[in-house]
Amino acid sequence: MSTTTVPGTLAAKPAARGWLHLPIIWAVLLAAPYWMPFVGGYDALASRIVIFGLAAMGLNLLLGFTGIMSFGQAAYFGLGAYGAGFVLRYWVHSTPLAILCGILFGTAAGVVFGALMMRRTGIYFAMLTIAFGQICYYIAYSWNSVTGGYDGLRGFTRAPLHFGSYVLDIRTNGLLFYYFVLAVFAISTGIMGVLLRSPLGRTLIALRENRVRARFLGIPVEQHVWISFILSTFFTSIAGALYALLNNFADPTALFYVISGNLVIMAVLGGMLNFWGPLIGAAVFVWLEDFISSQTVNWMSFIGVIFVVVVLFFPRGLLGFIRRRSA
Amino acid sequence: MSLLQVRGATKTFGSLVAVNDVTLSVEPGELRAIIGPNGAGKTTFFNLVTGFFPPSSGQIFLDGKDITQASAVDRIRMGMARTFQITQIFPELSTRENVQIAAETAMGFRMRPWLSRANRAAVAERIDETLVATRLTEQADRLVGELSHGDQRSAEIAMSLALKPRILLLDEPTAGMGEQETFQVAGLIRRLHKHTGYTIMLVEHDMRVVFNLADRIMVLTEGTLLAEGTPDEIAANPAVQAAYLGTAE
Ligand SMILES: Nc1ncnc2c1ncn2[C@@H]1O[C@H](COP(=O)(O)OP(=O)(O)OP(=O)(O)O)[C@@H](O)[C@H]1O
Ligand SMILES: [Mg+2]
Repeated sequence: MSTTTVPGTLAAKPAARGWLHLPIIWAVLLAAPYWMPFVGGYDALASRIVIFGLAAMGLNLLLGFTGIMSFGQAAYFGLGAYGAGFVLRYWVHSTPLAILCGILFGTAAGVVFGALMMRRTGIYFAMLTIAFGQICYYIAYSWNSVTGGYDGLRGFTRAPLHFGSYVLDIRTNGLLFYYFVLAVFAISTGIMGVLLRSPLGRTLIALRENRVRARFLGIPVEQHVWISFILSTFFTSIAGALYALLNNFADPTALFYVISGNLVIMAVLGGMLNFWGPLIGAAVFVWLEDFISSQTVNWMSFIGVIFVVVVLFFPRGLLGFIRRRSA
Repeated sequence: MSLLQVRGATKTFGSLVAVNDVTLSVEPGELRAIIGPNGAGKTTFFNLVTGFFPPSSGQIFLDGKDITQASAVDRIRMGMARTFQITQIFPELSTRENVQIAAETAMGFRMRPWLSRANRAAVAERIDETLVATRLTEQADRLVGELSHGDQRSAEIAMSLALKPRILLLDEPTAGMGEQETFQVAGLIRRLHKHTGYTIMLVEHDMRVVFNLADRIMVLTEGTLLAEGTPDEIAANPAVQAAYLGTAE
């Protein structure tokens, strides 16, 4: 007979064990522009981290919470970027509309592609995610007249935000833009957290845990795979739109499978079973990329070594390890 | 009218006939046991009834309605629930969450991004009553994957009960259990049947459990129905004694 154990030590429940980490994460994020310079950072790098963090957290709805491998997430990141770019380049100079259009592009593709592959499982599903990702890449690459082809979509800038007569100049002020990115991140992750704690979120976790059981509780598995895929593309496309705003351009590399791989690495590095894991992974990844690539062109091999070490010794990711020790 | 009716169900895997032309009906409130040696086709028969895979031929009716073509999910919605010979649960979630997912799905909330206070209370009530019925209240907040084997099997039954099924199918509920646990699970099944009036169909190897609990017994050997009747009739049946009970001792 065993006695009491700590409940929920392994459960991938967002914030299941108290809210203590929330103020810490938000304090670190809010203060980022002020402490980042001490570790070689700057405003745009902070924005990059938060943006890739959001993209990887979106991907992690599939990986960590639904238990589905996806290696083509860059497609929705890139479509978000192009969607935002199209609005600014061809239509109106409005940041909110640019983000909305980015979401629309990425999520619409998620709806269509998701419907086409929701009945596939395992490696077949994963292969299809790559295939659809590459289709998007080649369209962006070849449709020169609209997308700018290899050079990317250029000649636009993000627009300042207007609140009545009050103007927030996120266009020229990198610090303000960071806080704008952080605000979008806060809303997005807030929605994500609420979803994961809802019945809908629990059915996704049920798929991760045991598909046979889920089906024999009356959960139509394919339909929920589709829903999960759409939600995941929704959040990743928000990040993609922000990425276009950050760079003031969108180019095909945002859709390339290398980005898909990077997002998977971020999620695994930080901890897929943890709500905030992918953000930590993104922070480590993006910072290392920036720091080591200024020292050597072989920065990817460093990431590779770190990745292998984490997978071998901390299979639950960096955050999973910290959490385990403190539990 | 019979609650469950199976007519001439047959399932072949290549040249193997795993279930061969089996016909049976289960009345409301009945506890039906299926026995037979290893590989007799008991689990395959369950799989046909619950829509795990379609039959090669034959028909299945629930409440007189032909459900032969219905998906597993549809059959669950129509009131079936089952457990598996190898426990199927959500190991990294708590016992309560396991039951919660079942309850929310059965109550039609599985797509909801939020629940009203009243709905949340209704879900909580169903979870609590299910945990009480299966005596898992004390294990509610533990990870179900960390429970004892017996409690994990009970948790799977709890998930099925949270669906409020009209017929409950249990595949070897006492498999791999010691004396004490077998006794507990048998007690649970008895309570569900006698007090709550559940219609139950179970596959079971433990003959004491079968002969104590069952209203009627069906004996399968090599996919075919060998005998069917009350426990007394089955115990007295020479064919059963020769083919099954004799060799089991
Ligand atoms: N999916 C399958 N594919 C191929 N053969 C199968 C499949 N499922 C079952 N069989 C075969 O069908 C026969 C009946 O198996 P089944 O699992 O139904 O027996 P059982 O009566 O439940 O046995 P046990 O008491 O060991 O659980 C066995 O020979 C088994 O190998
Ligand atoms: Mg069996």
